[in-house]
Amino acid sequence: MAKLEKTWELRLYVAGKTPKSVAALKNLRKYCETHLKGMYRIEVIDLLEKPQLAEGDQIFAIPTLVRKVPEPIRKIIGDLSNEEKVLVGLNIRPVKV
Amino acid sequence: MMKSIPKSKTGINGLDEITEGGLPQGRPTLICGGPGCGKTLMALEFIVKGATLYDEPGVFMAFEEKADELSANVASLGFDLEKLQRNKKLRLDYVHIKASEIEETGEYDLDGLFIRLGHAIDSIGAKRVVLDTIENLFAGLSSQGILRAELRRLFQWLKEKGVTAIITGEKGEGALTRHGLEEYVSDCVIVLDHRIINQISTRRLRIVKYRGSIHGTNEYPFLIDEEGITVLPVTSLKLDKAVSSQRVSTGIPTLDQMFGGKGFFRGSSILLSGSAGTGKTSIAANFANETCRRKGKCIFFAFEESPQQIIRNMRSIGLGLDQHVKKGLLQFHSFRPGLYGLEMHLAKMYRLVKKFKPHAVIVDPITNLVSVGLLNDVNSMLLRLVDHLQNEGITLMLTALNSGATEHIDENVSSLVDAWLLVRDVETDGERNRALYIMKSRGMKHSKEVREFIISSKGLNLVDVYRGPEGVLIGSAREAKEKEAMANGKQNGRGHFRAPANKIR
Repeated sequence: MAKLEKTWELRLYVAGKTPKSVAALKNLRKYCETHLKGMYRIEVIDLLEKPQLAEGDQIFAIPTLVRKVPEPIRKIIGDLSNEEKVLVGLNIRPVKV
Repeated sequence: MMKSIPKSKTGINGLDEITEGGLPQGRPTLICGGPGCGKTLMALEFIVKGATLYDEPGVFMAFEEKADELSANVASLGFDLEKLQRNKKLRLDYVHIKASEIEETGEYDLDGLFIRLGHAIDSIGAKRVVLDTIENLFAGLSSQGILRAELRRLFQWLKEKGVTAIITGEKGEGALTRHGLEEYVSDCVIVLDHRIINQISTRRLRIVKYRGSIHGTNEYPFLIDEEGITVLPVTSLKLDKAVSSQRVSTGIPTLDQMFGGKGFFRGSSILLSGSAGTGKTSIAANFANETCRRKGKCIFFAFEESPQQIIRNMRSIGLGLDQHVKKGLLQFHSFRPGLYGLEMHLAKMYRLVKKFKPHAVIVDPITNLVSVGLLNDVNSMLLRLVDHLQNEGITLMLTALNSGATEHIDENVSSLVDAWLLVRDVETDGERNRALYIMKSRGMKHSKEVREFIISSKGLNLVDVYRGPEGVLIGSAREAKEKEAMANGKQNGRGHFRAPANKIR
């Protein structure tokens, strides 16, 4: 089976290990494993460690998920608890289970 | 006396006076007003002045304009934001919030903004912060509950950081700001307003609230021009400046004589009124010339003629005003009265006076200002001008044109001034002559006589009129009598000249 060319480069901005951040990462991993298996990459950036990165991606809310690729760039803020909204935001067609 | 809270000077002309020293130090201040009221500029000037005058670096976080647009917009004011950024005196951060690019799902907070701001503050050791206009967050984010809680936390956090902050807010319907920011910022609230009255734009500022400090509660006009913002106090708070008993020459020796031989009091105000073409500008120009000749500085505000016109015209009576201009002793400022409202004229004059520090100021003529404002308003403006210059010890000469429409202005103004000179047209025997007399001169002995006022290529002079059985003679009739007297070798006994006719040196 030919590998799909599409990949998702995702960046999750957090500030320390807050419950919201932990929930967001957990939710994100779950959605990706379900719908994007093998086609995604998640980078977690902790702004407490790298505050200088907040300006570049225009981060103001925490947690924020940034979809770098595929373009255009989209931002999803919050703990990502609403799966439907996250999938719309990431432009993912849900896999029918 | 109540001990006032610590304050941070804004460096904005006039604002520190009405706030009695600046904004509350280490606390947030809200500046709000409608679109185009000047709040962004005021906030930015606060940052720039902090960085340049008080060695307090500042962070400007813009939620509205892009950082580069902001730099371009204020470059005309001489604010070099690029340079300040290079020198680590300023940090601009543009927070881009667009609802269409954002999806909200679940709980979040604004830690990202806190971290970003905290990083910006720490990277340059900022003491001042501006958030302009943080309300834009409301347009980008839909969760009002989270936003309100986070804003409360943000202002608390700013206080803990110890930075002096300005938060700007857009005017709302029936409220100071659209999203009720005043609820979070309780220390100091300033409202700006921009309105058009009689087609002339006027900007005003009011301090609605200043906790723990006395402050002026009036509406203060302010001006935005190539030097940023100037706020001007409506009435001076104190009336305790020393007055001078020193005298300054009028530039016309024979007029000095009428003022007890010495001229005006330094720092006094003189009104010069008369009908058209009686030489008011010439007398004023003479005074300017004399001031500069004695190495003093003078500002000539002309509401009727351009500087070039005045210089040319005064050359015809032997005054070389351009040499004083070249030496930097004399400044002309000509404006059309309709160019600004009265407040703006006054603001402009204050600023120029503050900058140039003249010894004498001339306003020629004040009557033209009536075209901009009501007589009452003109009076109150002049009162403030007289007051202000008196406090600074600057001699002020006002000229007023007497004509049908403005008949009473000189009478109204005369109570404000220390001395009042009147120049009259006298028409006799088919010729027109000028007569001058002093209506009043507070605090000094002065002549009560009517003198003939002569303007010639040699300059200005006052001569005694002839009084005799023929009545008072003036002009060529007086000259004829004078000649007659000379021919007789002595006065003929019937009429007399009060004093020897004074000649110009």
